[in-house]
Amino acid sequence: MADGSASVMHGLTSVMVTVFGPREARSRATTQHDRATLSVNDGRACIQRGYVGRILEFAANIKSTFEPVLQLYLYPRSQIDINVQILQSDGSLLQAAINATTLALIDAGIPLNDFVCGITCALHDATPLLDLTSLEESDLPHVTVAVLPKSGKITLASLETQLAVERFDEMLRLTGDAAKVIHIEMVGVVKARTDRIVRAMDSAQASGGARGIPDVDAEMGE
Amino acid sequence: MFSIVPLAPRGREYGPTRHHPSVQKDVDMGLDLDDDLDHSSRITSPGEMISSSSAVLRGHGTYVEGEGVIASVTGVITRVNKLVTVRAVKSRYSPEVGDLVVGRIVEVAQSRWKVDVNGRQDAVLHLASVNLPGGIQRRKLETDELQMRNFFEEGDLLVAEVQAAGGGNASLHTRSLKFGKLRNGQLATVPPALVRRLKSQFHSLPCGVDLILGMNGYIWVSKHVKESEQLGEEGFDAEGVYSNVNDDIDNATRAAISRVSNVILVLARHHVPLTDMILNDAYDWVIEQGISTADILLGEAGESMVLSVTAQLP
Repeated sequence: MADGSASVMHGLTSVMVTVFGPREARSRATTQHDRATLSVNDGRACIQRGYVGRILEFAANIKSTFEPVLQLYLYPRSQIDINVQILQSDGSLLQAAINATTLALIDAGIPLNDFVCGITCALHDATPLLDLTSLEESDLPHVTVAVLPKSGKITLASLETQLAVERFDEMLRLTGDAAKVIHIEMVGVVKARTDRIVRAMDSAQASGGARGIPDVDAEMGE
Repeated sequence: MFSIVPLAPRGREYGPTRHHPSVQKDVDMGLDLDDDLDHSSRITSPGEMISSSSAVLRGHGTYVEGEGVIASVTGVITRVNKLVTVRAVKSRYSPEVGDLVVGRIVEVAQSRWKVDVNGRQDAVLHLASVNLPGGIQRRKLETDELQMRNFFEEGDLLVAEVQAAGGGNASLHTRSLKFGKLRNGQLATVPPALVRRLKSQFHSLPCGVDLILGMNGYIWVSKHVKESEQLGEEGFDAEGVYSNVNDDIDNATRAAISRVSNVILVLARHHVPLTDMILNDAYDWVIEQGISTADILLGEAGESMVLSVTAQLP
């Protein structure tokens, strides 16, 4: 059973992320004595030749995005596994994967410095676009950015195509604004879920306790 | 007969305790969050500022950056005087001394076993902390070390107590006849937060099923063992305690065991903390409604079970 999981759908893209850990590191070689080891797996099968590298890079991107944000020093000699499963792919995969990973890590109760919001931004003529489909992504120059919305810091900027440098600043500012919107959505979802769980646990607790008390009272009255 | 009767209320209500002005500030600070009963305002998420670092001490689930204490997990903020902590609703088990846990052996090492207890690290069970055959208390010998797999093998389930804990690591012991290898039943796994500390973690339900609620969220559901048939201190025999063979279990008991396990899984799915009372009510409800064991896991049946159990408030 996974410790945390989340799925993010956007357009036709659908990504599910499961998180296991922190748990005992399974291999001695990768164990670090002062911090937890982070490992990211991509569940995609390698069908095409030359595809392997792409998948490995995808996983490496997610790993390097989260390593500085996770408080790994709290769990020495442990391991945290992130499994990314792409259910449907229609553009902005990295964005969806990063957002789903953030939610899954929060669900698992693993300490994070901040939310991580992934945004893919493309440039059409001079107009920046957000939320790309596969078709747009293959034709337009685009950049994927992971933003920490509270501090505005950027933990990932991945550019796979060429881009006019004059436009980069504008796109970065747009992603910053978009990150704030995504952040509000994610906080809403996370808080609603936590609130529901806390209420469920409290109400059941109250029912158990309330039934215990009358017996005591009856005894006291005698 | 003696009886305890609550005192009649006095005519005059007690006023709020008065404090010296320098103390008053601390008292108020401790109360300001506990007073409002609405949870939503006490729930925080990563990156959210809780208060300034000069006013409070940071506890688990928080970190300090610049001037502020910031939450690092999603959960409920709790304050004890100056200490601020955020408890995640779901997290791995962190061992505490005296906890009763159910675990699974993952490795047999040099004079100790590694046990998976759903924690951040595997717990350790030393050869010196188990009951050895042939006499209740004796020193471990080299021969014991050579035949450790006769006691516990990889994959074996056991119930133990946490003897020492620190920084996520735990050391277990099974030096009581209540503890030791588990058989005649099945394991149900739930989030550790749903198992509360009770007077006893061992329960026997009226349906002929014994329960061990491990504090780590591992729950052992097994065939009932009669008090008289439990092994006494003198009657300790290694054959019985470290046996790998199940007793004969009749079909009714088998059905009851799987019914209880499914009830536990459904309650856990709805985040209902597990006590023997709630499990009992849920079990009775399932029998009353005539729901088959497999159907308990289905959405509708499970939901109405949880509703009926949690709604049985006076």
